[in-house]
Amino acid sequence: MQDVKTFKPKIVAFCCNWCSYAGADLAGTNRLNYPADVKIIRVPCSCRVNPMFILRAFQRGADGVILCGCHPGDCHYTSGNYYARRRMTLLFSMLDYLGIEKERTRVEWVSAAEGAKFAATMNEFVKTVTELGENKRLEDLRCKK
Amino acid sequence: MQEMMLAKAKELLQSGAVQRVLGWQTGEFVYDITPAVFTSAEEMDEKFVYSDFCGNNLSKYLIKESRKEGKILVFLKPCDTYSFNQLIKEHRIVRENVYVVGVPCEGKTDGETLKAKGIKGILGIKAEGDNFVVETLYGEKTIAKADALPERCLNCKSKKHMVYDELLGEEGEVLDSHRFDMVEKLENMTPDERFEFWRGELSRCIRCNACRNVCPACSCEKCVFDNDNSGIAQKAAADSFEEKMFHIIRAFHVAGRCTDCGECSRVCPQNIPLHLLNRKFIKDINTFYGDFQAGEDTESRAPLTNYTKGDVEPSIVYHKGGKN
Repeated sequence: MQDVKTFKPKIVAFCCNWCSYAGADLAGTNRLNYPADVKIIRVPCSCRVNPMFILRAFQRGADGVILCGCHPGDCHYTSGNYYARRRMTLLFSMLDYLGIEKERTRVEWVSAAEGAKFAATMNEFVKTVTELGENKRLEDLRCKK
Repeated sequence: MQEMMLAKAKELLQSGAVQRVLGWQTGEFVYDITPAVFTSAEEMDEKFVYSDFCGNNLSKYLIKESRKEGKILVFLKPCDTYSFNQLIKEHRIVRENVYVVGVPCEGKTDGETLKAKGIKGILGIKAEGDNFVVETLYGEKTIAKADALPERCLNCKSKKHMVYDELLGEEGEVLDSHRFDMVEKLENMTPDERFEFWRGELSRCIRCNACRNVCPACSCEKCVFDNDNSGIAQKAAADSFEEKMFHIIRAFHVAGRCTDCGECSRVCPQNIPLHLLNRKFIKDINTFYGDFQAGEDTESRAPLTNYTKGDVEPSIVYHKGGKN
């Protein structure tokens, strides 16, 4: 039987190819620990992330979704992250409006040089989601094993 | 007003300035209003109607109608003109083929509401000050507008036409409405209360797609919800997740373009207050990115296709409002 204390959240991290994905790599080469519960999905830019992706991740069993992109002003495609920022602000606000825990979603700007920030962010996010427990409000029972 | 509109339409039809007229006609009952295209004066005499039941926003029909041969006359109420402008901005309507006649609106009720208030056998309706006088099989009944009008009309945002080629009646003004009051009320609830509220509302959804079909902002030729691979096409929701996803995505796709005409809530057979989702986006856009009213003009950039360097960070959601 699964003990409540051993609850391991599933975290989906959308990482921009040009910054956070390299940042995660740097965290690895620097031997910085971050939980294995974080599943990284590489995207060409943070603005590639359609609001539907976030909802789909929750549907397929994620307990938390984090989007990592380049710092504002540093986008590889000049302005992608600015659009992503507006979209995600509105989406997260809407999720909160529907009563879904706002701590389950997050946006962080992590550059390719910030391996330490990547590891720290993930550790902190996993901790927050672990405390929240399983995602019940945006789950799809058909997708549960 | 109906006589004025008829005279104007017939005059333009006969002079050949327009070939068709887009307006309203009565269905089986006087409150069953259907949008209709008329091609002759005789047809208009027979069927055309403009009453306090004519709530339909005609803008969306112009996407198709304005691409046909010849010019079309359309009657638009103030809130319909916002949708019209928005569609012009998105290059969906061929402006040269449309002759817009602005008509005044004092709020539109519907048969359902009146029946729910105990008024049966409706034969006709007229507005008198703050009341509607409804002619029924059982004599005249009077009902206060406050009881008979939908929320979108009680909190009317504007009586001013944003665009017209000709105006019948008086020019109105943009109103100071209280349309965000209910959104604020929800925001001030706890997440648990909000979750219960929306679960109660959204679980009634039968996925008839009426809200999408009627929405003037939803004008994509191919819709994400018609994609067979999406797993949510053409069927009722099988899990509460689907209801939420459908409604979040539907509202998100029109965020920044929704003019708040309230058609989605009007057509919902389950009476889900869908406009509250759209209004949340409108309110957030106003707070975060400055006041913006979609359809006010045809030039400005939509908030979601625009940005400034100093925009708020998404983390503002964690810090602001709403109790935990």
